[in-house]
Amino acid sequence: MASETSQTTRTFLIDKVLKNFSGLPDKEVSEKVTVLRRHRISKPVIYIGTGTCGSIAGARETLKAAEAYLQEKKIEAEIIEVGCIGLCSMEPILDIQLPGKTRLSFQKVTSDKVDGILNATFNNSPPPEDVIGQYRIPGSEPWANLPHLDDLPWFSYQSRHVLSHCGVTSPHSIADYIVDGGFKAFYKTVLNYTSDKVCEIMTQSELRGRGGGGFLAGKKWQIALTTGSDQKYLICNADESDPGTYTDRMVIEGDPFRLIEGISIAAYAIGASNAYIYLRDEYRQPIRILENALQQAKDYGFLGENVFGSGFNLTISLCISGGAFVCGEETALIESLQAKRGQPWAKPPFPAERGLFGKPTVVNNVKTLANVPAIIINGPSWFRSTGSRSCPGTKIFSVGGKTKLRGIIEVPMGIRLSDVIYKIAGGLVDDLPVKAVHLGGPLGYCIPTDKLDTEIGYKTLNEIGASMGSGGLIVLDESVCMVDLAKYFTAYLQKESCGKCIPCREGTKRMLEILEGITKRPMEESDHETLERFKGVVQLENLAEVIRDTSLCGLGQNASNPVLSTLRYFREEYEEHIFDRYCRAGVCRELRTYLIDVDKCTGCNLCQKKCPTNAIIGVPRNPHFIVAEKCTGCGICFDVCKFSSIYYK
Amino acid sequence: MLFNIEINDQEVSARRGETILAVLNRHGIKVPTLCNMTGMTPTGSCRMCMVEVDGMQGLVPACSQPVEEWMKIKTHSARVIQARRTLLELLLANHPDDCLYCAKNGNCELQDLAEELNISGRKYHQKRRPVQIDKMCPSIERDPAKCILCGRCIRTCDTLIGVSAIDIIGRGGNSMIGTSYNKGLNYQGCVKCGQCIMVCPTGALSEHSSIEKVMEVLHNPDMMAVIQFSATTPGSIAEEFGLKPGKDSLNLLRAALRMAGFKYILDTSFGADISIMESAAVIVDRLKKKENLPVFTSSCPSWVHYIRESRPAYLKNLLPVRSPQQIMGTLIRDYIIPAHNRPPETIFSVAVMPCTAKKAEAEQEEMIHEKYRSVDAVLTFRELVRLIRMMGINLTDLEPDPTDTIHGIRSSAGQLIGVTGGELEGTLRTVYQMMTSQELQPAKINDLRGLKETKEVRIKVGKEFINGIAVSGLARAIKLLDEMEAGKTPRYDIIEVMACPFGCVNGGGQKFYPDEKAMKARVKAIYDVDEEEMIKVAHKNPNVGLVYEKLLGNPGSARARELIHTSHVSDKAL
Repeated sequence: MASETSQTTRTFLIDKVLKNFSGLPDKEVSEKVTVLRRHRISKPVIYIGTGTCGSIAGARETLKAAEAYLQEKKIEAEIIEVGCIGLCSMEPILDIQLPGKTRLSFQKVTSDKVDGILNATFNNSPPPEDVIGQYRIPGSEPWANLPHLDDLPWFSYQSRHVLSHCGVTSPHSIADYIVDGGFKAFYKTVLNYTSDKVCEIMTQSELRGRGGGGFLAGKKWQIALTTGSDQKYLICNADESDPGTYTDRMVIEGDPFRLIEGISIAAYAIGASNAYIYLRDEYRQPIRILENALQQAKDYGFLGENVFGSGFNLTISLCISGGAFVCGEETALIESLQAKRGQPWAKPPFPAERGLFGKPTVVNNVKTLANVPAIIINGPSWFRSTGSRSCPGTKIFSVGGKTKLRGIIEVPMGIRLSDVIYKIAGGLVDDLPVKAVHLGGPLGYCIPTDKLDTEIGYKTLNEIGASMGSGGLIVLDESVCMVDLAKYFTAYLQKESCGKCIPCREGTKRMLEILEGITKRPMEESDHETLERFKGVVQLENLAEVIRDTSLCGLGQNASNPVLSTLRYFREEYEEHIFDRYCRAGVCRELRTYLIDVDKCTGCNLCQKKCPTNAIIGVPRNPHFIVAEKCTGCGICFDVCKFSSIYYK
Repeated sequence: MLFNIEINDQEVSARRGETILAVLNRHGIKVPTLCNMTGMTPTGSCRMCMVEVDGMQGLVPACSQPVEEWMKIKTHSARVIQARRTLLELLLANHPDDCLYCAKNGNCELQDLAEELNISGRKYHQKRRPVQIDKMCPSIERDPAKCILCGRCIRTCDTLIGVSAIDIIGRGGNSMIGTSYNKGLNYQGCVKCGQCIMVCPTGALSEHSSIEKVMEVLHNPDMMAVIQFSATTPGSIAEEFGLKPGKDSLNLLRAALRMAGFKYILDTSFGADISIMESAAVIVDRLKKKENLPVFTSSCPSWVHYIRESRPAYLKNLLPVRSPQQIMGTLIRDYIIPAHNRPPETIFSVAVMPCTAKKAEAEQEEMIHEKYRSVDAVLTFRELVRLIRMMGINLTDLEPDPTDTIHGIRSSAGQLIGVTGGELEGTLRTVYQMMTSQELQPAKINDLRGLKETKEVRIKVGKEFINGIAVSGLARAIKLLDEMEAGKTPRYDIIEVMACPFGCVNGGGQKFYPDEKAMKARVKAIYDVDEEEMIKVAHKNPNVGLVYEKLLGNPGSARARELIHTSHVSDKAL
């Protein structure tokens, strides 16, 4: 019975929705579409964001609680799991749509709050403090006195094209995607365009690679298309691994079909019959969602042999990797796909000419490919109308750090960094001042406050010595030590270097040792060590430049960015660390000078007992003192003191 | 297509598709490189060959960047030299300082480069990682502390030998070259050919040295040291000491060895003659019975090792004959010396080989006969040179020693074994005679000459043809086996395999860093012997006849099977 219904739905979707380009659907069809889009519903619908971020915040428990509630109250309602809408700091997010009413979003709905919120909403009095906002649904009555989502600054400054379905529709159902206009672009491409024409449209759209490289996607496809070969490959690079960046994950979890459609169009454009999605094993949920989505696309006949009767064949396979940062680099990724050690090779040859198994291969990022369907449907000039003139389109960022709101946003190119921080993300927690913005993950740059008016774009960011990267945007306040930050990223890069070329392997290690030297206090400050430290900083800049100039791949060439950019804009912090042995943010523990407040100290003796270097003296019941020469700055006394009498500067 | 580009403000000609490095080399401009290997795809891992190209971001690796018309290149600008020096200083930051005690002292590319770039002190001090020297293997030693991860050994092992016994393991600063399960070279995969040693630019790879053991014996009056040297040794000696290859260098070698204290100096080629006789007997038998074909030759221990470990299904195809070194060792113990009445424990049998795998072969269990090893110590050619120098022998000033010892007479067929195709050629000459009772005319088989990866031959014997193929480079041989299994090859009766590319002339025990010119000279020296020699076939060597008469009976007899043959068993490690 169920399969019969799905069979009729499938026929309806393919024949009446997908293949209908007249723009004038008959009444019966549009009625059915309204129902399928859940714009008109007969029973309540509950949406729960169960993406990775939601699940971590407790969405699984929320889901169970909602199911239990419905069962207990004997309410017949539909529960739909969706991805993340991007407001990761408000997860778990639960939406309720009652028949005739608009859909309402609630924030931080942990399992204990489910009953209350559902109860109140079913009784037509949703608690306003828990509400994020309501959707606009044509033909439904809006809730009074509650804001609309698109009026909230978080959404109103965004241009959500790629993310339009994320957190809104189900990533588990291909029907939901088709009914919203999905796979139309692929159908149009296969039926109307030659491969050449698709490449031309993409070149005209000026879509650049969103993984960080910024190479024109259409041009890359063109090269692969014109290189003669019996077999070509398309690879979707989903090996996202920048700490603090999870834009690809969000796209896959929220809208996997858009990605599959983008891959299909790209594969058609270059003449590839095999495509791979390369992602890491840690991305368990995206893997599950993609496997399901690929199966559904196959069932609908969008993948496989002779798609839409056009003679075009396509197989998309998942490649689950061990997870190495360097495998995000396209040549290393290809090596890894060939079951070799993930190490980049010296370009040329470029993969578009000679890549996977020696055949022309295009490697594109998830976000690049997810942009494709809309460009095909709306045309290149539509795409160019968003964003700035020199850099069209939108860019997806994961905003993190000290801002009030954190999550994933899609903004038009050309927006100012300050607008992202203050308007979209609502400024910093407690309205603290911004110290810097770190853009682009471990290979990225630190941008100081006076450069926050820079417009986001490949060229504009280049001018201030930064680059867009894959979309990590971390906002830092005064509590962050820039030397420590550079040390953190350098340590990460050193650990993730593949070890192939000398500058990256040995150079980052040496840089890390220098940074460690200036952020720690040696047990005995001998002349030799001081000299080494001073020498180290002189070497740091030279080393960073040589690493940038001589490394083999993007990882090495950009490995010195954190050091170079912090050195450029926060040099005085380095100097304080080296000469004054002082960390203004108080992060470098070993450089702290600990003192005892004699008024607060009760002489309990605890710190004296715990001090590993016997640096604390004093008699019981009398205030104690710290002997500065003996103190190593370990901070144990600070942690154990029950009277907050120990402080540092 | 030729066009001009600008290098260091000078116009030079370049060809489309060439790399910058190729252009520079052709015009005599030297840029250093630690990872480049002629004839292989550049990996661009050492970054020493970086040059400055106008209009290109960063520096550009000359080894992998193709030239283009618009290029203006600076090879030694301040920026380039600064970068090269920094890179080298980074490498030296945790490199051991013990150049004086290093196996590569004087032959080290890293050492040369440090001198060339005028590195005068240690600029960066880095913590040294604790690593263990891999001494598991009787042939090859690995010291990861000295490794600069240039990757030459990995590429050699993968593309030329085809066994991939080593690869990089770990990430970032922890990356190092390791073996499967990090269990040491002897565990699995490695065929001990030593080609990796040949290309290593530092002392990270070296042979497991036997010099000390040999020196001890030479200085012990109770012991008698006997030495055999391989067919390629005289040619290599000539090259090393700047002599003309031929009779003179052979006689000088004999004089030097005698001076070093060896009582008997024997030519392994004689062992090769016996090996040919036995092999030919087995081949004739198999051809008649049409069983266990194609026959695989068994003189290359690396090849035998590969079959035993990785392709045991082919064990039956291998000739059951020992390698010439082991045959010679057996003859020394059981025939040559007993005739002179000496207690066996006082005899110490040394072999000089262009090979590291022979070291492992000599230590195999089945090579022990009546409590004694056939060969007690194997020296690589490099070790022999060191031994000669250590003994203070000035080879060029010696009186040549033409006096031949017993069994000095050998056929040139046995000599040919040093080059790829040579063993097949020598064996075919005797097989032909055994099958037709006539001599093969002319004895020289042109199809099997020259430096090629594969050489096919088809010889009419009576009414039938014998198809043979000589393959060098184990990777090529592995490919041949795979093709055979897929049915893509014609029928072969005899397959000769030498694991090292082009055979023993380029063996893992030869002079460091393979050099095509030198290799060609070594080959010519061997072919010249075949031209000049009176006895061109093993079965006409009078001493061979003597050995059969006094010791072995007939080729293939029970006594021969006991002493000269061996049984190949599977050695699967995993």
